[in-house]
Amino acid sequence: MPLHGSELMTRQRPIKVILAKPGLDGHDRGAHVLTLGLRDAGMEVIYLGIRTPAELIVQAAIEEDADVVALSCLSGAHEYHFPRVAELLKEAGVADVLLLGGGVIPAEDIPLLHAAGFKAIFGPGATVQEIAIFIQEHVRE
Amino acid sequence: MPKRDEMKQPYDRDDAAIYDAQEAWQKECLEPELSATGEWTDRFETYSGIPVQRLYTPSDANNLQYTQDLGFPGQFPFTRGDSATMYRGAPPRIYAYSGCPTAEQTNARYKHLLAQGARELIIASDLPTQIGYDSDHPLAKGEVSKIGCPINSLADVEAIFEGIPLDKVFVGAQANANSVVMFAMILAAGEKQGVPLEQMKVLVQNDVLKEYFARGTQIFPPKAGLKLSVDCLEFVAKRHLKFMVPILYCGYHIREAGGSAIHEIAFTLSNAAAYIQEFVNRGLSVDELPPPRSLFVAGLDLFEEVAKLRAFRRMWARMLKEKFGATNPRVLAMAHTCGSQASLFTAQQPRNNLVRGTIQALVQVLSGAKATYIATMDEALSIPTEESATLALRTMQIVHNECGLLGTADPLGGSYYLESLTSELEQRALKLFDEIEAMGGAVAAIEQSHQLGQIAKEAYRQSALVGSGERMVVGVNKFQVNETRPVEITRVDRKEEARQVEKVRSLRAQRNSAAVEKGLEQVRQAARMGANVMEPVLQAVGAYATMGEICGALREVYGEHR
Repeated sequence: MPLHGSELMTRQRPIKVILAKPGLDGHDRGAHVLTLGLRDAGMEVIYLGIRTPAELIVQAAIEEDADVVALSCLSGAHEYHFPRVAELLKEAGVADVLLLGGGVIPAEDIPLLHAAGFKAIFGPGATVQEIAIFIQEHVRE
Repeated sequence: MPKRDEMKQPYDRDDAAIYDAQEAWQKECLEPELSATGEWTDRFETYSGIPVQRLYTPSDANNLQYTQDLGFPGQFPFTRGDSATMYRGAPPRIYAYSGCPTAEQTNARYKHLLAQGARELIIASDLPTQIGYDSDHPLAKGEVSKIGCPINSLADVEAIFEGIPLDKVFVGAQANANSVVMFAMILAAGEKQGVPLEQMKVLVQNDVLKEYFARGTQIFPPKAGLKLSVDCLEFVAKRHLKFMVPILYCGYHIREAGGSAIHEIAFTLSNAAAYIQEFVNRGLSVDELPPPRSLFVAGLDLFEEVAKLRAFRRMWARMLKEKFGATNPRVLAMAHTCGSQASLFTAQQPRNNLVRGTIQALVQVLSGAKATYIATMDEALSIPTEESATLALRTMQIVHNECGLLGTADPLGGSYYLESLTSELEQRALKLFDEIEAMGGAVAAIEQSHQLGQIAKEAYRQSALVGSGERMVVGVNKFQVNETRPVEITRVDRKEEARQVEKVRSLRAQRNSAAVEKGLEQVRQAARMGANVMEPVLQAVGAYATMGEICGALREVYGEHR
């Protein structure tokens, strides 16, 4: 964990986002657009790609000292994969990362995901701008 | 048709007079109007970014040679249609892409769809199936039954088509990396019904190359994927199975992944060139290629979309003739399947999508698509409700039957704008095609992430146009209303996964394991030798070897992508 440290450092560097698609879903148009859009908003974005195992997402979050972990899933398997990533992050002692989710996610699942540690869930119709602003407002200081 | 000696000199031959008249029009008519009222924007362009002129006249089409570039429907270069009678011969067919959490539910849905007028049934399977994992594989966890029907073995396909006669109904599957197995399972299910292969009408999507950059269900490295896809083509060609569609050349997913109409046709053609090259490399004649069928989207930029399908028919015919030397008209004529550009359907004010679907249905018919499907108004929010699915079906039925569109071939052909766009799309797409050829073809370009990079950039450009308001999307960046947007997923019972796991485990316990092992070994051997795997896969499938086992045997030989 090379960079896991001083608040000063985290403030001075750009916001660092780990973006990934856990599970088998291959629809990553949204992930690509978000990668380019958040970069344009001045953030550093590492997109890990489709079918990324939960363990790898957590490992990347630690190694990169990410400020944000954003997960995307359109297949409905968020109900399994999202809480699992949150749990593994907790187990690894990563507590200060801003955890976000996106995809086709029914309203009834959102309270459960909030309880699991997701700060926000972005559904169909969410814009890159809206997500960028949310990150800037909620990322750790 | 008038008699030859009664024909007037066609007026558009008089190019000089038209040119002079247009100059005069600009001076006397256009310029005063421009200086008085101006135009509301200085940027008019198509969805894919092609600049749109104020007016198109015969001068814009004067490089076009009617007989060479347009011709007649059913004749080279097929710009005006793939058959001579077009919809007078047969109205557009409605296909259904559908799959429920279990084989039995899928069977019931199919019977309902057939009763409602669907003519082709395409199985939507869940992601583990598409990626070659059985329901009890660790990586299948959380995904079983989620976006379609789990298909572990022949038993599932038998149940899906129970009571649906496979000598009469056209069926198929969205299967790509796993296409050899899915194809074999459907053929075996037909044989179990007593239908000879020669009488079955089976479509398998089997366009694996686009998976690597547009859809994401790849399994094997691209070269092995290509090899397996062509195994299906070779099997059909050598057995002379004339009703089979062993590949659907797909632009659909390239567009939905964010590409423009130009990427859509360019990358499809480039992938097709790779399959055909592999086909002829096996010593088959290009004229033995199974009659081609494609899948594209119908978007909302009506003229560009119609031009796109016309351009692709022409590009296909020219490539087959000039690059591969094809002469068989059945190989030169591309029959289009046209789906919905569902990514244009908005989560906001979802009823507006009914209107978008209507225009897409219109695009499909004006393009001469032979099989059509439009998305439902709740596309962005959920799996279709029965009401929304019926409305989509009725939309197509109204457009097909109440609008006077079936009487004449290519009704927009000859429009100066449309012809100009058709040529422009062809030229721009050929440029992208040539770039890929220069890199060594589709597989080499995939290995360098060439197509993926272009698509991602275009997706971002499109998103920025909407974000900045430069492109209006009603309900999204204009005319918004306050609304709550309930996302409703047809919730798959969480116990379903456990039931499917139980089902595949009990199948494994009941079957003849020696026959399964023998079948799998023959698949491995064929793959190792570089032979066509279709026959051994058919054997293995018949012994109830599972999707995961057969794909597993192939994984052992080919390895996995990335």
